[in-house]
Amino acid sequence: MLSPSGQTRLFGKSSLVKGRGIGLAQGAVHEVYAASGRQAPIADGFSLALALREFRPPFVWVREDRGRHETGGLYGGGLSEWGATPDDLLLVRAPDAARLLAAGEEALRSGAAGAVLMSGWGEAKAFTLTASRRLALAAEQGKTTAILVRANAHPQPSAAETRWAVEAAPSRALDARAPGRPAFKVSLLRSRAGLATDEWIMEWDRESRSFVEPEASGRLVPVAARRPVGVRAA
Amino acid sequence: MLPVDRLASVRPDGPFALTDKTANALRLTTVDSEALGLGLAPGMTLADARAQVPHLEAWPHEAAGDAALLDRTLDAFGRFSPMAALDPPQGLVLDVTGCAHLFGGEAGLMKAAARLSERLGLQSRLALARTPQTARALARFGQGGIVSEGDDRTTARRLPVAALELASAETQALRRAGLKTLGDVDDRPRAALAARFGADISSRLDRVLGLEDARITPVRPPAPVMADRVLMEPLISTEPLEAVIADLLADTEKALETRRSGARGFRLTVFRVDGQSRRIGLGVARPTREAGNILRLFRERLAALSTPLDPGFGIDQLRMEALHLQRMDPVQTAIDEQDQRAEALDALIDRLTARLGPEAVTWVRPADSHLPEKASRRVCASRPEADDGVRWPDLDPDSPPLRPLHLFDPPQPVEVISPVPDGPPARFKWRRVTHHIALAEGPERIEGEWWRRDGGRVRDYYRVEDETGRRFWLFRAGHFGDEPAPRWYVHGLFA
Repeated sequence: MLSPSGQTRLFGKSSLVKGRGIGLAQGAVHEVYAASGRQAPIADGFSLALALREFRPPFVWVREDRGRHETGGLYGGGLSEWGATPDDLLLVRAPDAARLLAAGEEALRSGAAGAVLMSGWGEAKAFTLTASRRLALAAEQGKTTAILVRANAHPQPSAAETRWAVEAAPSRALDARAPGRPAFKVSLLRSRAGLATDEWIMEWDRESRSFVEPEASGRLVPVAARRPVGVRAA
Repeated sequence: MLPVDRLASVRPDGPFALTDKTANALRLTTVDSEALGLGLAPGMTLADARAQVPHLEAWPHEAAGDAALLDRTLDAFGRFSPMAALDPPQGLVLDVTGCAHLFGGEAGLMKAAARLSERLGLQSRLALARTPQTARALARFGQGGIVSEGDDRTTARRLPVAALELASAETQALRRAGLKTLGDVDDRPRAALAARFGADISSRLDRVLGLEDARITPVRPPAPVMADRVLMEPLISTEPLEAVIADLLADTEKALETRRSGARGFRLTVFRVDGQSRRIGLGVARPTREAGNILRLFRERLAALSTPLDPGFGIDQLRMEALHLQRMDPVQTAIDEQDQRAEALDALIDRLTARLGPEAVTWVRPADSHLPEKASRRVCASRPEADDGVRWPDLDPDSPPLRPLHLFDPPQPVEVISPVPDGPPARFKWRRVTHHIALAEGPERIEGEWWRRDGGRVRDYYRVEDETGRRFWLFRAGHFGDEPAPRWYVHGLFA
């Protein structure tokens, strides 16, 4: 994180909203954990949003093959609708976690990308503290930022600068009860700069490439939705 | 004879022949040397042959196996020259101009070829001459051997008239006319020969005598830049390979430099002493000739091979070819940061492609189709394509994302509960979880490809969000009331 004073909040009116320059530390590794395996697309979207907000293209996105069955592959139309320029996004498929990390390291060290995203699926042995340190070193050497997205896995000790957890949040409806802008429930789990762990509801505004805190209003659907007893929440 | 040699390890001992049914009789197509010695010849009926040699073993002739063996033999002999052609049914022709020095001169090359043929278990006759037709005729109808410079005509003149390969009636006619060797034919005035035997005979004669040179058409066109290393001591492990590859790349770099070109493809062929060979290729996004770079890429490629390189009884030759040459002036180092980044990105693409394969490193490009699954495609980053003018659709600034970040291929069936005719479902079940829909937008109607027979049904897409905030792209295939009943799917997941 940026401010050594540790008082700056990442989200909220004083930080990551439109107009403010504070953001993620460069040349470091940041981890984004999906709240569950099924939330993998949400974690991917949030991470891409972070990259678009903070860094300049081209981006390299390395993805482990295993996730494809669960969530499908990245879709060019969706990337475009998210506010990315797909032409600036190099997609790399890795057959397993070890090669995911190796390819990510290669991309970071090359200094060719504005940011390197890595999407892994599951609890793989390859994600050790040593591997994390290697990534951090490669990020530093290449002066490139890494965003490691993990789904269906529990946070492990790592050399990450910040660690986040993300899950879907209900959006603010448009007229005619249509789904509105993508909304996330974002938690900062850990920060080396000592920022307070916190939780926010954020929306992604692709036009301004920024996160927006939805105005508190009576029209907001509460986070804990009415769920019939017995139905498992995703 | 190739067909018999091919079966060497499985055939019985004793006189042996292969047969095929021609003109309603089983006739010998090939005989081994023992059977030949006992007076049998191709063309005899099996009945006659058995009458002469009762203990003859005869098997049916399978020509397909011969062709395959000939192809493999071509690969093996490709080590002597990349200009290699088949001379069916059981011959090869190689253009070894400029290749002999690698094997210690013409004599050395012939010795090496004989050794190789022996190792492959084939009996062969080799001939080296100035033109392909002379060499071929000498191997087929003569004694083979090396024809010294300028001796082509004199040597060829000693061949029998069968070497002209005319129809048997014509060949008989020549013999009856007292012309037994090519020399005899050569001495006659050409006009008279043409009058009696047709214009064809003159050009055939010229070719066999080496007066006319018809170039061979190699099976694989040789690469424009090539370097070979023949190893006196075959390598039995793969470690020292890198040093030889480095050597070869130094040679190709020099050759490319003189042509002021770079290459976009490189191919390494590894030849083993037992005749087997293996080709390992790689491609680069930008033309290059820098040996160090390419060596690094080959290192990655060799490490990532799905079946590792097996030296067998030894590797005795390596060849490096540079392909897809492009004009490349002396490398200008990138001046500004943007150029440097672009170069770094290309280099990264090359390295990742060498390690993971070209299909794993891609760009995403729009495609001209209204079907969502076809509207986006992947382009291998190592094979850049020209701009086809297709662009991503414009975005509506007031809308949230109308297309999901992730797409399933194929779409996944879901069970819809309480559908509203021509409306979104109130609930749907997917992967054993029931989702209650809180927000929905649609339908967005996407027709199938009506111009195709199997174009698919019309789809009504809905952007839906469940109570937890998860957002799905559902569609109903077919209209309400259709036969068969419409089916629902989840096509993608929004973030």
